[in-house]
Amino acid sequence: MNNNGKKVLLQGNEACLHGALYAGVEFFAGYPITPSTEIAEGMAREMPKKGGKFIQMEDEIGSIAAVVGASNAGCKSMTATSGPGYSLMVENIGYAYMTETPCVIINVQRGGPSTGLPTKISQSDTMQARWGPHGDYTAITVAPSTVEGCFVEVVRAFNLAERFRTPVTVLADEVLGHMREMMRVPEPGELEVIHRNKPDVPSEWYRHFEITPSLVSPMASFGEGYRYNITGLTHDQDGFPTAKSQEIKDKLDKLQKKIMRYSDEIFKIRTDKMEDAHIAVISYGTVSRSVLQAIKMARERRIKVGAIQLLTIWPFADSKIREMLKNVKRVIVAELNMGQLVREVERVASRHTEVLPLNRYDGEVMTPQQILDRIREAVKS
Amino acid sequence: MITTQATQSAIVHNYLRPKKSFPNVWCAGCGNGIVMGALIRAIDSLGLDKNKVVVVSGIGCSSRMPVYLDFNTLHTTHGRALAFGTGVKLAKPELKVIVITGDGDALAIGGNHFIHACRRNIDITTILINNKIYGMTGGQFAPTTPGGSFATTAPYGNYEKQFDAVKLAIGAGASYVSRGTVYHVQPLERLIAGAISKRGFALVDVISNCHTYYGRFNKEGDAVAMINDIKKQAVSVKAAENMSPEKLKGKFLTGLIHEHDATEFCEEYQKLVDRLSGKER
Repeated sequence: MNNNGKKVLLQGNEACLHGALYAGVEFFAGYPITPSTEIAEGMAREMPKKGGKFIQMEDEIGSIAAVVGASNAGCKSMTATSGPGYSLMVENIGYAYMTETPCVIINVQRGGPSTGLPTKISQSDTMQARWGPHGDYTAITVAPSTVEGCFVEVVRAFNLAERFRTPVTVLADEVLGHMREMMRVPEPGELEVIHRNKPDVPSEWYRHFEITPSLVSPMASFGEGYRYNITGLTHDQDGFPTAKSQEIKDKLDKLQKKIMRYSDEIFKIRTDKMEDAHIAVISYGTVSRSVLQAIKMARERRIKVGAIQLLTIWPFADSKIREMLKNVKRVIVAELNMGQLVREVERVASRHTEVLPLNRYDGEVMTPQQILDRIREAVKS
Repeated sequence: MITTQATQSAIVHNYLRPKKSFPNVWCAGCGNGIVMGALIRAIDSLGLDKNKVVVVSGIGCSSRMPVYLDFNTLHTTHGRALAFGTGVKLAKPELKVIVITGDGDALAIGGNHFIHACRRNIDITTILINNKIYGMTGGQFAPTTPGGSFATTAPYGNYEKQFDAVKLAIGAGASYVSRGTVYHVQPLERLIAGAISKRGFALVDVISNCHTYYGRFNKEGDAVAMINDIKKQAVSVKAAENMSPEKLKGKFLTGLIHEHDATEFCEEYQKLVDRLSGKER
């Protein structure tokens, strides 16, 4: 497909596929799972055409393992799955955090727990994207709400992964994945595409996990003459297992600080009519579409309400959200789960702002009317 | 191949990491070091470029081997070495991928990846150090622990059936399947070299000793006694041809047990790429 610069009708999952190709994905490993399968199917079709690698693994555990292996061999690598598959991947996503391996994991969310609702929408993996693997680390998660957004956010996910040497999760959902809408395909060069930093020192000077001033270590690949060790055990800057307290602390600090130091560049928040808003609605993904419509309806009723859409969910934009809520009396957190993001908003909102949850978890989309009703309740209360 | 002790030491030191301090994590008398030496000499005999060798391992005593070796080394999660290795190999087929794994790592938690790596016939050499027990966690029974044997999680004797890694690999489609022991070191070197040279999935099932747990729980003595027992139980494929089933009872086969030529996964993928790009002849 060469539709650069043109308007095309695409499904969200197809837009994820083409975003990944635009970002220069070189390796895909996956396992079939509804509602993300179209991404794997597209990769099976497109990757061999451009000399990239596709493999259908025996399960999701193997898929993310192959992705991490391929990334360390120098390829931009990714997988796509849904909740049950993400659950299986969690241990090796933790390995990717620990070994600072760039990769992208798309989770097209469906209802859970367990097999749950394979063909119905949910946002109940919001916290899993942040806290899935055990241990301490900082996660980056991005979340599109439109088909075009799927394309753009997958490109951004690759850029963040490569720049910070870390796994990045893209949280989509069943409706977004399967929805079709018109989108303009960006021209080559229109969106920034970042590649990992390579070392510029001789091999004897190279340290695979060096704590550099920027905190992000340059990354050599297997086969390039730098013979280093990678382990999921807590390790020193050379990649050898360590039990020394200082080295343990340095490693964990690095995993957190290499991301949090740049959080302002990672946060992406879209607002609508927040200038004079007394009430705000915070959401992400498909819900944000209904929120925009609800805001319009409420404004017609002269309710001063605005929308805050998170395109970066993790790290949570504490200071930015706090600032945005400064003059807001009530904030509604609209999400397709029993209340996950609302905990973050409660944590950052000042005591002058009342936090009101709005939850739906019956497998259906949140309608604008439902959000409008909650806004009107908030006005009355 | 005859090498003196001095040249052997020189060979080994060419492939060990000077920065990684010894002693290693293994118990005195453990077979893992014997296998590591055999692996190094096999690689040396083949003249492989150190920069192009990737050694991948999972979790367990044997999986700690890569950290000592001066190659590209990837110590991964429990059971998943072959899946990580599959990613490395498919990403960069010019790299030689060698997986070091144990019987619990490869046949229990990693069993699924093991059979599928065999099935794909991907060009990975797997050295499975088989000591019939989980050593690192303190002596629990494995899928290879013989019936009636004792382990911390089989305090009344093991009542489970066993996997035979060789039969499993043959059944799943591996193109080079062999078994060696930590007693027969020179044949082991040759088997490893043969496995690395084979285009396709190659297994070397290495029968080893865990005197610390298996030997102690089952009154099989120290490392020397256990390695002597391994020597007595091993029968080469050739010798077995002239032995009756009664005589083979309680023995295991060693040597190159199965070999066949089959298409290799990464080569097949490359053919597809060439076909789609019109490069195919």
